[in-house]
Amino acid sequence: MDFNKNYFEIFQLPVAFDQDPDQLAARYRQLQSSVHPDRFVDASDQEKRLSLQWATQINAAYNVLVSGLDKAIYLLELAGISIEDNPQLDPGFLMDQIELREQLEDISATAAGRLVDPHDDSEALHELDAFKEKIKIELHDLEKDFAVQYGTELRAAEITVYKMQFINKLLLEADKLEEKMLDY
Amino acid sequence: MALLQITEPGQAADPHQRKRAAGIDLGTTNSLIASVREGMIQTLADQDGEHLLPSVVRYTDNGPVVGRLAVESAKQDPLNTIVSVKRMMGRGIDDLKRLSGQLPYDFSASEGGMVKIRTRVGDISPVEASAEILKSLVNRSTEKLAGELHGVVITVPSYFDDAQRQATRDAARLAGLNVLRLLNEPTAAAVAYGLDTGAEGIVAVYDLGGGTFDISLLKLNQGIFEVVATGGDSALGGDDFDRRIAEWIIDQSGYDKDVNPRQLRTLMMQARDIKETLSTCDRSGISIDVDDLKFNGTLSRSVFEEMIADLINQSIKACRRTMRDAGIDEVKSIVLVGGSTRVPAVRSAVAEFFGREPLGDIDPDRVVAIGAAVQADILVGNKPDDEMLLLDVLPLSLGLETVGSLVEKVIDRNTTIPVSKAQEFTTFKDGQTAMLIHVVQGERELVNDCRSLARFELHDIPQMVAGAARIEVLFQVDADGLLSVSARETTTGVSASVEVKPSYGLSDAEVTSMLKASFDHAQEDIASRSLSEAKVEARRMIDALLGALELDGEKLLAPGQMVLLNQAIDKLQETLSLENIEQIKEGVEILGKASEEFASLRMDAAVREVLAGRRIDQLEEDIG
Repeated sequence: MDFNKNYFEIFQLPVAFDQDPDQLAARYRQLQSSVHPDRFVDASDQEKRLSLQWATQINAAYNVLVSGLDKAIYLLELAGISIEDNPQLDPGFLMDQIELREQLEDISATAAGRLVDPHDDSEALHELDAFKEKIKIELHDLEKDFAVQYGTELRAAEITVYKMQFINKLLLEADKLEEKMLDY
Repeated sequence: MALLQITEPGQAADPHQRKRAAGIDLGTTNSLIASVREGMIQTLADQDGEHLLPSVVRYTDNGPVVGRLAVESAKQDPLNTIVSVKRMMGRGIDDLKRLSGQLPYDFSASEGGMVKIRTRVGDISPVEASAEILKSLVNRSTEKLAGELHGVVITVPSYFDDAQRQATRDAARLAGLNVLRLLNEPTAAAVAYGLDTGAEGIVAVYDLGGGTFDISLLKLNQGIFEVVATGGDSALGGDDFDRRIAEWIIDQSGYDKDVNPRQLRTLMMQARDIKETLSTCDRSGISIDVDDLKFNGTLSRSVFEEMIADLINQSIKACRRTMRDAGIDEVKSIVLVGGSTRVPAVRSAVAEFFGREPLGDIDPDRVVAIGAAVQADILVGNKPDDEMLLLDVLPLSLGLETVGSLVEKVIDRNTTIPVSKAQEFTTFKDGQTAMLIHVVQGERELVNDCRSLARFELHDIPQMVAGAARIEVLFQVDADGLLSVSARETTTGVSASVEVKPSYGLSDAEVTSMLKASFDHAQEDIASRSLSEAKVEARRMIDALLGALELDGEKLLAPGQMVLLNQAIDKLQETLSLENIEQIKEGVEILGKASEEFASLRMDAAVREVLAGRRIDQLEEDIG
């Protein structure tokens, strides 16, 4: 197998951020149904090993291609840009981030008082839902920016990815809080 | 001139001949085997016409007894009669104490940390007891199917961690079975139903077995079953319902001493009967009299439902969490698995939570074995035109212990398998040549709250200053959900050796000695057994290659390559008659190397083909 092929090439798709999710899913299934270890149960050990490698690679590719942030980082890598650990971002954006974080903490504090009765946290849950909806829209807007910038101004695309990382992390924290509130 | 090949009588040579394959549901309470016979999927019965084999093994001086006979003796001989062995698979003693409180056994720890049960014939591991159950099922099948089993699909709860899956595989190995795949029980159930309905959309599989609860969300589309998310509780099951009833009886009887194993066993068996009665009746009579523990009375369904409400709620909570994990808020259908789903309170709680009535036309006790049999039949190639493909996910996150006993996740749960991930480490001290890596599985942040899977010692790291060595550890999870680990030093390319110490598994040495013990018992010669295994392996390889050459040889290989490959095949074929295991193994290795490129070309061609086919579909779509 040619491990040098990039994920888009494996899926025979154009190297671009915007992809049709249905097409992506359909192609994923086609590829897996030809290489998956289930198809090689009685094959030689060589074929079994190759099948495992292929199926693993296709899963890895698919996971990147369906995720907004991972796909964006991968596209930058293909363009020769590796992500920095501590990027410089404009103060305005950072201020917004601090504010968003404070909002999340407020929701958390509201919920904390009610954890005694797990059925009575619906108000905090609603607030959390609204919060998540808001940052999801922001993330979606950043993805749209990235899709345009990737073809034209790579430096701007890179900055957008850093912003996406921030929002993504916030979203994960919101998920964690939700988990806690639902008493999992 | 090519020699004509004549096979031994009774051994399949015709590649188009059906291979015997079976599905096995290795359950906590009962086990089952099913197979496709003359186009029909059937669970196989024993001589008395019974399909369910109680998963109970009794060790006697005349060898192990499995099934109903063992159940009958359970009251008289509780310490030598192993029930619910599945709950002990891949577990350590501490887990078991935490899990179920009162188990009427004397435990001891084995060298690998796995629990063993003291019986009159010696310490028995759960793997050995499970192997007895498997053997008993397979004996049934060889009679019914008139032929050797080519391979089996064994089902496991989707929530089983790596240690529990490994233990299941070890049990099959000990029983002498070729495991085609470990299949998640809920997936098997969906496969069984998928055949009948051909439904597309999200299916929830609610599986309340004897000792484990699983909830799985599967996406069915274009003949592909994709597990979107799995969740559950590996320490919740119908046995807990029985235990609640037993506790209630003890409470009502006023008995205030510790119950002995005999009493506990009697109570649990009565409790199970009562539970079953309450599924169809409003009340059940109770009459118990064992070693001073006496009680006569009745239990009503409503009281029973009250005492299990929190258990049912626990399962519904797991459903909610799994739905959220998958980002799904509506399911198209619900499949019920496991005898305890006959409890009306369970059915109504499930119907209420999902907002629709669950499916029920396949026996919830058999649905898993039936699905496994379907998968087994497809895997051995009996249905070459069937497009079904199961895509599964890792049930629990894999992580590593880092400083401060914290867990760093390496592969997240619900990642589609097979999957691999590389993680880089570096040395802490100058000249350090070894390091210890601790692999754990679970979602919690502290190592002690997760399951310890294995400790890896990396040796032979080239001596360098601290922080200069780059050790890449590669985690590979295969299609069975089993983990393997390899490591290498990336700056020098030196492979560091990896020593695996499964935390709750059996070491290879232990499996070997168990195999040895079982052969001693059967008066079999180990050497001849290994030789015949090597021959089977060589024949399998030859058959696979001949089949592949017939299909793609001319298309993909130059005439010279064809000749070379055929020569290597003939060489291996010749060694088969020499009765020399070393020569056979050498032949397998040579042929393996010789066929490597062909294998790679075939795989590439397969991928090209599918994408080429896709392009035509795409054109049609564009035109249409």
